[in-house]
Amino acid sequence: MSAKLRDFKRNLPYHLMLLPCVIMLVIFNYIPMYGVKIAFQKFIPARGMFGEQTWVGLKNLTYIFKMQDFYIALRNTIFISFMKLFLGMLTSIIFAILLNELRNNKLKRTIQTAVYLPHFLSWIILAGVFVDIFSPSYGIINKLIKALGFEPIFFLGSNKWFPAVLIGTEVWKEFGFGTIVYLAAIVSIDPSLYESAIVDGANKWRQIWHITIPGLLPIIILLSLLNIGSILNGNFDQVFNLYSPQVYRSGDILDTLIYRVGLLDANYSLSTAIGLFKSLVSLVLISTSYYLAYKVADYRIF
Amino acid sequence: MRATRGERVFYFINTVFLISVAIICLAPLIHIFAISLSANEMVTSGKVTFWPKKFTLVGYEYILENKLFWKGMYNSLIRVVLGLAVNLLFTVLAAYPLSKETSRFKQRTFYAWIFFIPMIFGGGLIPTFILVKDLKLMNSIWALILPGAVPIFYILLMLNFFRGLPNEMEEAALIDGASQWRILFTIYIPLSLPALATICVYAILGHWNSWFDGLIYLNDPNKYPVMTYLQTAVISIDFNKLTPEEIQKLSVLGDKTYKAAQIFLGSFPVLVTYPFFQKYFTKGLVLGSVKG
Repeated sequence: MSAKLRDFKRNLPYHLMLLPCVIMLVIFNYIPMYGVKIAFQKFIPARGMFGEQTWVGLKNLTYIFKMQDFYIALRNTIFISFMKLFLGMLTSIIFAILLNELRNNKLKRTIQTAVYLPHFLSWIILAGVFVDIFSPSYGIINKLIKALGFEPIFFLGSNKWFPAVLIGTEVWKEFGFGTIVYLAAIVSIDPSLYESAIVDGANKWRQIWHITIPGLLPIIILLSLLNIGSILNGNFDQVFNLYSPQVYRSGDILDTLIYRVGLLDANYSLSTAIGLFKSLVSLVLISTSYYLAYKVADYRIF
Repeated sequence: MRATRGERVFYFINTVFLISVAIICLAPLIHIFAISLSANEMVTSGKVTFWPKKFTLVGYEYILENKLFWKGMYNSLIRVVLGLAVNLLFTVLAAYPLSKETSRFKQRTFYAWIFFIPMIFGGGLIPTFILVKDLKLMNSIWALILPGAVPIFYILLMLNFFRGLPNEMEEAALIDGASQWRILFTIYIPLSLPALATICVYAILGHWNSWFDGLIYLNDPNKYPVMTYLQTAVISIDFNKLTPEEIQKLSVLGDKTYKAAQIFLGSFPVLVTYPFFQKYFTKGLVLGSVKG
């Protein structure tokens, strides 16, 4: 028996274990990748993905660059998602540092339990909650604003406020959960550094500034790099359940546009073209971010 | 060592601040719970904050009669059980061979690419939608299970856990003549219960909270999972779909109380199990993200 055959026989169980997963990935991930060809066709749904379709070349792709809605959605996506990532990270880091200073462990755990909770709730639930909270007529936030003597604000219906609501509610939902990684990193900082700093007379503020923050820097850099890849994800679940036509101008994102064009207007080819644009740009961004993360932090995925 | 005066001030302010933030994280849920127990006119006049005003259970009583809500709960339960089983099976089967060194399993690199590519590129909404349609999965629960059956993120988590287990056990078992299947199911899996628990929690929550696939792949509201039901009946309410009787009821009852009751009840399963699963969730995240 040749060495190759023996090797194959020995590894046969591995191949058999992977086979079902590979089949599923081919069907549900690789066939849709092939399906982006719809973007280059005048697609007729009745004939199916593998049926005969008319090719139209780059017509759909060039058309999206003439759509005003597309530019609006692209700009909104980048702005909203950048602000969410930036403010989310900042809030998580600050909160993790402050939480780490808490010496009562029981209280610490209780606070952690409370701030992680929103992460686990669906945007369906939270949309239901926030529509009530932000209501101009009976919402508690506007009640507070009115009590302070200001005019009520229609948060979910005003282009001026809607992006801020998206950013604020997302940060509220996710910052707590984001602290987990930073807390783990803080715990792994060498305690002797703090001890010698105290001996040198460094106060709390100096300890945080000169030991904790530099200790967090590697993970901050790594997560910032990995976040680059998700800049075109504005969070469909959130936007879709909070927006309305009057705030499309400030709140429409690529994913909601893709949904409306594709499934509401049934313009499959155009929607796929926008989706393809998003996927291609994301591909470049994610590849770059993984490559940088590998170079800078030796981060490996598989 | 005694804290200085400045430090004591810092600790005090810090504690107050952290507690206030924790309250802000819980406040919206308490608020919606209070609304669900208050009379509608108290809600619309903005009198309800964190305590019910004109206490009433009418919202919950109305839900009792709402067949679609309970069907949704039931559908979600089925979905969670089925989805969890499928996800776990595929996770374990893929993670074990992928956790092997390339020197042991030469084709590992090839397989790793097959799993990696979907992480960086995808066909997107419409091609997936058309595929599900072409496969005749529309209006079937499998449309909610199969497209996400192979959870690459869980596989990564699991394979990193497998890698941390000592090699010697496998070698000893191989000498005793155990097959790879046996090694996986009788040695690796029993040792991986912490990681599996984490993945279970991820998968259960993921399936419970999903709503969009139900919205686009199912036509029959009787088959909706509860989140999809809530999306259509509470968040973007479509009056064309309501029966005249329902509209009549809503106008008498007022919808704020009723909506809040449904929202709260929809989140209830997560809220009551949360204290138990929280630790697994956080453990898994640290496991997955801050590896070398």
